[in-house]
Amino acid sequence: MPDRGLQILFMPILWLRVALCFYAVGLLYALLALTRTSSLLNRVALPAMSLGMVFQFVSLTEAVLLSRQLTLASVHNSESLLSLMVMAAFMIVYVVYRTTSPGIVVFPLVFVLTFVAATTQQPFLLTSPGMRRGWLFVHIAMIFVGYAALFISFAASLLYLLQERSLKAKKPATILLRLPALEVIDQIGYRSLLLGFPFMTLGLVAGSIVAQATYGRLDFLDPKIFLSLLMWAVYMVMVFTRWNAGWRGRRAAYLATGAVVAAVIAWSANYYSTIHGFVQS
Amino acid sequence: MKFQLIGVNHKTAPVEVRERLAIPESRLPDALRRLAGHPGVEEGIILSTCNRVEVLTQAKNGAVDLRSFLGNYFQLSPSDYEPHLYEYRESEAVRHLFRVTSSLDSMVVGEPQILGQVKEAYATARAVGVVHSQLDLLLTRAFAVAKRVRTETAVGSSAVSVASVAVELAKKIFGSLQGKHVYLVGAGKMSELAARHLIAHGAESIFVANRTYDRAQQLAARFEGQAILFEQLYETCDRADIVITSTGAPHAIFRREHGELFLARRKNRPMFFIDIAVPRDVDPEMNRLDGIFVYDIDDLQQAVSSHVDDRKKEAERAEAIITGEVERFKIRLQTLDVVPTIVSLQDHLETIRQAEIDRVRGRLGPLSPEQELAVEALTRGIISKIMHTPISTLKTAVSQPEATTVVDIVRRLFDLQDKKKQDDKNATKSSGGDSGAKT
Repeated sequence: MPDRGLQILFMPILWLRVALCFYAVGLLYALLALTRTSSLLNRVALPAMSLGMVFQFVSLTEAVLLSRQLTLASVHNSESLLSLMVMAAFMIVYVVYRTTSPGIVVFPLVFVLTFVAATTQQPFLLTSPGMRRGWLFVHIAMIFVGYAALFISFAASLLYLLQERSLKAKKPATILLRLPALEVIDQIGYRSLLLGFPFMTLGLVAGSIVAQATYGRLDFLDPKIFLSLLMWAVYMVMVFTRWNAGWRGRRAAYLATGAVVAAVIAWSANYYSTIHGFVQS
Repeated sequence: MKFQLIGVNHKTAPVEVRERLAIPESRLPDALRRLAGHPGVEEGIILSTCNRVEVLTQAKNGAVDLRSFLGNYFQLSPSDYEPHLYEYRESEAVRHLFRVTSSLDSMVVGEPQILGQVKEAYATARAVGVVHSQLDLLLTRAFAVAKRVRTETAVGSSAVSVASVAVELAKKIFGSLQGKHVYLVGAGKMSELAARHLIAHGAESIFVANRTYDRAQQLAARFEGQAILFEQLYETCDRADIVITSTGAPHAIFRREHGELFLARRKNRPMFFIDIAVPRDVDPEMNRLDGIFVYDIDDLQQAVSSHVDDRKKEAERAEAIITGEVERFKIRLQTLDVVPTIVSLQDHLETIRQAEIDRVRGRLGPLSPEQELAVEALTRGIISKIMHTPISTLKTAVSQPEATTVVDIVRRLFDLQDKKKQDDKNATKSSGGDSGAKT
């Protein structure tokens, strides 16, 4: 099995590394965009990131085709899949609002996720029996769309802070002139938050149904389940405060940061959870 | 090129001088006719605005004494205007005209009015008939250059006035101003102007509160807005996205606690306070609240001046465009110079050919139609072979500095001198025949 795993992985990982090279351009964009303004940057970064997406998509599709198992392949390439989802969300924002500014936050994140995916993949062994359920894929896909929306919302709240600060400082620094208007950034953040919430919720519901079907009960003390619920709670608080009290700016940014941190912890719980663990360390 | 430009502008002459040299619109046609009658002047145009008075002419040959024209026309002694005058010739005059039309020479660089003013001056001069050939070409080009500068650089696109800076900032906060509400507190000239700008950019409705309710009503009526009793200011203010204050109150009328109140009522939707009152109406502390942005008159003015810096950078790019355009225009004019020379050269040789054939015809005896054709082809072939090099030399010389020399030499070698006049006057196309007739 390990031998076959290595053979299976060879081509997808090659494509993934090509994608990584393109995403590096995005990383560069994010670093430069903070110090200078140039439309050239946009013209280079956007096509590069699109190409990166294409290669990443090829890599994922090939992984699915080679392993002939949708769920297995998506679990194994989860970081890669997640970064593709985040990029897709970014592209949606770009198409709707014609702004690449969220890239300042999104591109480095995509780069890191893809980097992790491209360098640390090992031949995998399933330790969780639940994995064999085909429709587990639904759970993964839903959760990942939710994650992607959360990241975009997080990026937007950081941009909001930047733009708000520059407006308050009354010396509009040149890069900030290119950020979208405050209310547009706010809308991007709020809309992706709202869109992501049902996906996140349904994803968690799907996950718990799978778990229940496998184990017969839900162990709320399992770190994965516990942290996932915590993250969902933070997410809900965010949606609620935004909707009810119109929280934005600094407070919204704190909440978004909290939700992202909770998401990252919930993700890393894969390494400790007994029922969700699919990583053999 | 025989262009010449003389004039004064806001940089070289104080307003006392400019107003004495200004020509009102009604008297412009008369002045143009006088200009056309001035010795040597072929074409002319006069531009008279509050910031500049300029006379541009095209002369047949050599320089024209435009200073004496000014002296005669305005009945002034040279000492009155001489120190303030500037004078440009040839490509420098072209460059100056391009700069003026592109609003690079304006008091507020990039202001859009000047182009319209030059266009009017051009229309008047055309109507009078003192602009026809070369000046027509030049002015048309100047308008194209102005358009290029406008579209390819940001000169003229950034905000100039405090009011338009306010609009720009509002757009930075709200994106589109569509459906946004504006609240005027105190009814001043400047806040009215700002409100007008905001409405022009899509802001929806206007509320006006003023100490004297009558004044509020008057102003509200002008904007089809709503007048509000000053006592109800704090209850109603949260409805506004943009608040423009300009009261004469000695203390701040909006303090931090008001801001907190508004934000709570508005569910933290942002608010933009434009404070153009001195002393200020809005406590600067309010700017510390999340979601409230306060700009006082100094902040706005500062934003205006930072725009001025941006404009300077853009103006440099515009200057580069103009330098390129002046070169292009020079080449264009030279092409016009070369074409008549080529035409008259060809006509000249054709006449010689015809004359020679006529001369020897008698000696050849009767010719068959084929022979006739052969003679024709032979003579034509010789001429076109010989002329091939000189003509292509003339054509390529166009883009080179020695163009005029080459043209002169060709004219002198073939004795084409008198032809040039006629071509310049654009009289008739068929002038070819008579110059060669002597030969």
